This record gives sequence, C-alpha cells and structure tokens, in this order.
Amino acid sequence: MISFQNVSKVYNNKSVALEEINLDIKQNEFVSIVGKNGAGKSTLIKLLIGEEKPSKGRLFFGSYEVNKLKMGELPAYRRQIGIVFQDFRLLPTKTAYENIAFALELDGKSQSEIDEFVPQILDMVGLSEHAFNFPHELSGGEKQRVAIARALIHRPVLLVADEPTGNLDPLNSAEIIKLLSKINELGTTVMLVTHNKEIVNNLHKRVVSMDNGRIIRDEEDGRYILA
Amino acid sequence: MFTALFRIIKYGLQGFKRNSWLSITTIIVMTLALLVFIGLIIFSVLTNKVIGSLKEKIDISVYFNIDTPEDNILAIKRSLESLAEVKSVDYISRDKALEIFKANHQNDQTISEAISILDANPLSASLNIKAGDPKDYQVIAAYLNNDNFKNDISQVSYNQNQVVIDRLTKIIDTVQKSGLALMVILSLVAVLVTLNAIMLAIHSTRDEIGIMRLVGASNMFIRGPYIVQGVLYGVIAAILSIIVIAPAIYFTSPYMEMIMPEINMWPYFLTNLLSLIGYQIGFGILLGTTSSIIAVRKYLKV
Repeated sequence: MISFQNVSKVYNNKSVALEEINLDIKQNEFVSIVGKNGAGKSTLIKLLIGEEKPSKGRLFFGSYEVNKLKMGELPAYRRQIGIVFQDFRLLPTKTAYENIAFALELDGKSQSEIDEFVPQILDMVGLSEHAFNFPHELSGGEKQRVAIARALIHRPVLLVADEPTGNLDPLNSAEIIKLLSKINELGTTVMLVTHNKEIVNNLHKRVVSMDNGRIIRDEEDGRYILA
Repeated sequence: MFTALFRIIKYGLQGFKRNSWLSITTIIVMTLALLVFIGLIIFSVLTNKVIGSLKEKIDISVYFNIDTPEDNILAIKRSLESLAEVKSVDYISRDKALEIFKANHQNDQTISEAISILDANPLSASLNIKAGDPKDYQVIAAYLNNDNFKNDISQVSYNQNQVVIDRLTKIIDTVQKSGLALMVILSLVAVLVTLNAIMLAIHSTRDEIGIMRLVGASNMFIRGPYIVQGVLYGVIAAILSIIVIAPAIYFTSPYMEMIMPEINMWPYFLTNLLSLIGYQIGFGILLGTTSSIIAVRKYLKV
C-alpha cells in the first residue's frame, strides 16, 4: 500500500536526512519505526504526509504518487491518513468534541452523522465525560486520546503516529499503545514512530530500524536494537 | 456546499467569540482607521463646498462707455460666450444698472434725491463674466484687451482686482492639491494600521492554521472563517465609527458655521447619513477581508 522507492531527502544541498530509502508497507500491517534522534524517522513521516517533498525517488500511497501532489491536492490526500503527533496538535479554541468533529466536517459529513459518530469514538477512547472540555483543560494522556480519536473518526486506511507517547508517562503510554493495537486489529494500517524500547519489544510486530538516514534493519516480530 | 458555507460562517463567529480580546482590540484599531476615512470624506466634501463658494464669488465685469450701442455690447457678449473658458455672461443694461442701484440705496435719502435730480442715467452697461476655472480669468481679461473692443469698453474689473483674484486662485489650487495629498497619506496609514492589526491577530493563530492543513483542511475551509471575521470586524468598526463621529460633528458644527457660514456639517451629516454608513461599511468590509486574505496566505504553505 505504501512504497518508498529510492527516496532521498537532502536539506539545503548538504544536510542529508534520508538516503536511498526502499520501504514497502502492506495493508493492515503494524510497523514500528525506531531510531535515534536525527535518524530520519520524522522526515520519513513528513514525506509521507506531503509536508516535505523528496529530493530524489518516488513515493506511492495507494493510487497516489505522493511526490507529485500539488499544494491544492494535498488536503484531499491527507484526509486518507490519520495523523497523531507527539505534541498532540489539537485546535486550542475548540473543545474535544469539536476537534474530533472537525475531521468529519472536512470530509463534508452531515451534522447528523457527526452527532452519531463523535460520541461513539469518544466512548471508544474513554473520554465521553470530557467531550466539552478545551484542550488546555485536559491532561497529556487525554489530549493524545482526543488526537487519536480525531485521526480515526473519518476511517482512514492509514494511521501515522509520530512519537505519540513522547510526552506521556508509562501508564498513559501503555494505554495509547493498547489503543493503537486495537485500531490495527479493527483493520487500519498503523505506522508508529517511537524510541520507546519497552513498547516496541512488547508489541511483537514488524520493526524498521533507522540510523543516519538509512534503514539498517527490517524484521517481522522485531526488537528494539540500535547499532 | 451549503454545509461547508454554514460551517465556515459558524467557525468565523466562534473564533470571533472565543478570541474575544483579540477581536475587540482589532475592532478598536479598525474603528480608528475608519474614523480617519469618514473624517477625510467629510473634509473633502466641505473643502469642495468652500472652494465652490469662493469660486462663485470671483468674476470680472466689463463696463462699457455710456454711448456704446447695445448691439455692440451684445456682439461682445456673444463672442465671449463662444470662448471655452467662459461659463456664463450676464448682461446688465444701463436701465437695469440704475434699477439695481436704486434698489440698493432705497433707504439712503441723499442718494435717492440726487438720482431723481439727474436727467440722464449716469450708469454704464456692463457684462458680468464667470469662468469655469479661476485660472482662466487671465485669458478672458487678455481677450477683452483686444483692439477691436477698445472703443467700446471703458474698464475691465480684472485689471484692478488682478492681485486678489490671482492669490485666491493660488490658494484654491494649493488647498485642493494638499488636500488630495493628505487624503492619500492618511488613507494609506489607515490601511496599513488595519492590515498590521489583522496580521498580528492571525499570526497568533498560525499554529492552528498549520494543524488544520495537516489534518487535511482545504485552504478555502481555513481561510473562510478568517474572512467571515474580517467582515464582522469591518461592519462593527464601521458602525462604531459613525457612533463616535456623530456627537463630535454635532458639537463642532455650530462653531464651524461661525467661522465659515458655507459649512454646515451637521445637516450635511444627517442628510447623507445612509450613504456615509454605506461607505464606512463598504470600506470596513473591504479592509477587513483583504487584510485577512493577505495575512492567512502566509501560513497556508504547509
């Protein structure tokens, strides 16, 4: 479903972020991408969601050739993907409910559909009671669950989680990962970027290890091993 | 389509309400800018009025010799009327001049008696000439100095009043030019101040714009609410500016009228209230929306 073909990314003609990446991800996979800071994990995600363009190579997602998408085509493309960030990136002037509803509104869903789906997903992430709180009234774990709910509500085929547990304590981290596994079981492809060793080792799923802009290891039921 | 429009408006109103402090300060800045606008409108209308009445007061009169036949005078009148510079020519015959003179001195016993003693009418016929542009009096005066008319004309008033007319013409010209410059500069200031205020307001929400882009919002969906807010700012600021300027005009109007009787600001304000409100709202909306569009543009490139 996702295919990186000889993808390189060079910033300012000298700083190499990714070098000759070849990576295929199949539908319904759960892939963890691990590596040190600066290994190129986040750049990989930025290329995938069209925030940056590759300097070389081609990048496919389903029927899209991502490296060729124009500014105006990006919104529709991004709505195929759910994204969760380390810093949550919720809209600060909207309540939890409105943040989640926003993703459906972008898809042009009717108000009755929104009123049906949003409470369901709030229930699924365990936040029914906080539906009408603003982000600054929520804890980190709660915020991240809102972000996941927002990323999932429009039923994307792929969920990208860029260090979703980076700002959370171990207990909340475990909750989030459990949620991601459940989502994967329900049929969504998940790409998890992390440097949390424990999480990766407990998952027993495919692990792609990166270092210095290259993929150094790619194993089914992999473990967190660097260098 | 309609749901999208409805949601854009809803988010515009929501953002306006939830960022209330930002909205209030932006509206205050815009109100000040629009006060400058309405001030300029009123200023230009009033100076035009004053200039118009000054121009109206300038004219030149040609006095003819007492024995000049009326036919000659009318011929000169026609030839004057054929000049492009001349706006109007009034013929005042000797009899009419006497009539006017008598009427003017009705209450003055000595003069009335002196006139009645006279057998003949001592007054000469004259032409009263008005030019479209005060600068043209010189041309008209030069035309009258023509040799053909020499035997008929006794005097041309321009020759005595030349200095005054020239100075008045210069003043009118300067007022018009500097008024235009003032308007251009002040409107530019008003536009820039508003643009800056709205850019700052939107700058403070730039992270939100980035997030919306990343979760797949189209540019129109992001921009729309800001445009709605720009319209709101404009309309509210326009109404506020009218509310602020109305009492100011009401109280200064009598004093202005004392200095220059041609200027009656309050009646002008009242009769043109609707179009003034229309101008203000138009300016406000134009200013608010264009500023919003320019300001959001910058942050949409994610």
